[in-house]
Amino acid sequence: MPKTLFEKIWDAHLVKALPDGTFLIYIDRIFLHERTGSIALQSLAEAGRSVRHPDRVFCTMDHIIDTFPGRGDDTVMPSGKNFIQATRKEAKAADITLFDIGDERQGIAHVISPEMAIVQPGVTLVCPDSHTCTQGALGAAAWGIGSSEAEHAMATQTLRINKPKLMRVTFDGELGVGVTAKDMILHLIGQYGAHGGAGHAIEFAGSAVRNLSIEGRLTLCNMAVEFAAFTGLVAPDDKTFSYLHGRTYAPAGKDWDDALAYWQSLVTDENATFDTEIVINAAAIEPTITWGTSPQHNCGVNQAIPTLDNFKSDDARTAAQRALDYQGLACGDAMAGLKIDNAFIGSCTNARLEDLRSAANILKGRNVAAGVTAICVPGSQKVKAAAEREGLDSIFVKAGFEWRESGCSMCFFAGGEHFGAQERVLSTSNRNFESRQGPGTRTHLASPATVAASAINGCITDPRQFAEVN
Amino acid sequence: MQAFTCHTGVAAPLLRINIDTDAIIPSREMRLVSKKGLAEGLFASWRYVLPDSREHNPDFVLNKPAYANTTVILGGNNFGCGSSREHAVWALAEYGIRAIIAPSFGAIFYQNCIRNGILPVELDNDQVHAFAGAVAENPQKNTVTINLKHQTVSTVNGMNAHFNIEAGHKEMLLKGLDSIGLTLTFDEDIRRFERRDATMRPWL
Ligand code: SF4
Repeated sequence: MPKTLFEKIWDAHLVKALPDGTFLIYIDRIFLHERTGSIALQSLAEAGRSVRHPDRVFCTMDHIIDTFPGRGDDTVMPSGKNFIQATRKEAKAADITLFDIGDERQGIAHVISPEMAIVQPGVTLVCPDSHTCTQGALGAAAWGIGSSEAEHAMATQTLRINKPKLMRVTFDGELGVGVTAKDMILHLIGQYGAHGGAGHAIEFAGSAVRNLSIEGRLTLCNMAVEFAAFTGLVAPDDKTFSYLHGRTYAPAGKDWDDALAYWQSLVTDENATFDTEIVINAAAIEPTITWGTSPQHNCGVNQAIPTLDNFKSDDARTAAQRALDYQGLACGDAMAGLKIDNAFIGSCTNARLEDLRSAANILKGRNVAAGVTAICVPGSQKVKAAAEREGLDSIFVKAGFEWRESGCSMCFFAGGEHFGAQERVLSTSNRNFESRQGPGTRTHLASPATVAASAINGCITDPRQFAEVN
Repeated sequence: MQAFTCHTGVAAPLLRINIDTDAIIPSREMRLVSKKGLAEGLFASWRYVLPDSREHNPDFVLNKPAYANTTVILGGNNFGCGSSREHAVWALAEYGIRAIIAPSFGAIFYQNCIRNGILPVELDNDQVHAFAGAVAENPQKNTVTINLKHQTVSTVNGMNAHFNIEAGHKEMLLKGLDSIGLTLTFDEDIRRFERRDATMRPWL
């Protein structure tokens, strides 16, 4: 029987169909971070249980640590040190691999896992972090879980789960100049709503997805969870294989050949069927920006905020009006030209080398507008080092950006560093929820190119106004 | 884990759509490496007048005397979306919430509820609104009863609805099972899988 990519991975990891109707699924890799991993490790130990396969568990410090140069265990976030030190202690006791502060491999979980080939085609990977779906870009089944499930995965190397429904989102045709993976996923969520992918494992397919680099695919899959999906994934291809070759945890020698032969079988069979199919014309996607407090509140950068009669239900109208009040905006307001206070380039969505290059292309030889605070936080220390080898850091710094150490930083507010109340932030991250980047902060999500262009003009700007956009 | 069989309590409406886990418990309220001490931070951004203050906002539903001792939340679509933080569920549980009734839930949040003895009940939007209407006049008197065994929600003034839940989830909640212990009873199956997998994917 023809199978989809997700079904192939599912079947290869099925330990047992359980009497209660759930499935016991084998988990190949577990990733942790100091914010939620610390508790999972601690409570596992308190329950007198141990990690079944410590060599399959990896942990990073990304959420709570500072991103200022010269950082240590002390954090701007009150009590952040507790999380850092507890994680270090528990990771050591459990004998798992930790990418600690000061380690050149440290970075945001979903950036460094692909970077080191910890995630590979066909594996199951879980992490107590909702954006774990990012890693599906390599052709893996990767999804976010809670801390209790992380304990379960570490103790048993399995999870008991329900089989998700299957969806394929096909982006046909070619993207226009200046349009990126970020715009694709925002567009999808805008069209089908933040709940549009609920309960589904989504395979992203079509020529526009094939044409994306691995980094672009990571951005695309990153926001599958903002579409309420169980996860997102992309079938591996030659780009995936050459991306992985030679990376730290990638198979080598004969193992590489065997793995490759297997990975090549990881495609959706021709006549396989999905519960839901969505087709999107890639050429019609504009550089996209959010106006409200849900990722679905978005429009093309040159468009105006829709009027309330465009929303289908009372609930949606109420939510949109509340979002506009929070954001200090009104229906019919044009997005382009809206004054901004801050620009943030970072996060597991858009802080890989390609993202920094795309912003730097526009920033080169220009200056951030007066009054705009601009910050760039590379997604990993390796991204940072590679960017510095290319001289991108000096482009950012000369333009007026701060250049930071890697981590989640101001993607989210955990009680530490944050943007000010009512300040407007243009951000490459993935969540524009109320107070996500600081109490009362107004976040607009966009691509690195849009953020860079807007930082220069001091207001929301179509990146295609700059000839250097790519 | 606390079992869930049948529960009767005050139900409060929080009918906004897309209430995310950061709204349920803001990051800044997660100060300790612990599952405890989180109830104070529940809905902190709405519940208190200022961030970090503890002065109650009288307009927030859970602060209204009519909704004192709320144990059931009537929520909007996509309740618990966003961050995977289980703290959201730990905070709800510590506050005393036993069940949440909403048209749909964030997937990770839903699983977290099941693992912490909170019953997530899916009813369609109109029904949730109808229950909110049915309790509104006198929430302390018009309590809501949720019977997991029979999969029903009802009010003292005669509203009734049936809901669906996966058999596995139902069993875990009814019996208050520890899922790790339960899974380890299949240890032989896991070992068999591992032996076979080691020959099929030796590179892992
Ligand atoms: S960068 Fe932001 S979205 Fe990504 S893992 Fe960190 S906090 Fe979460």
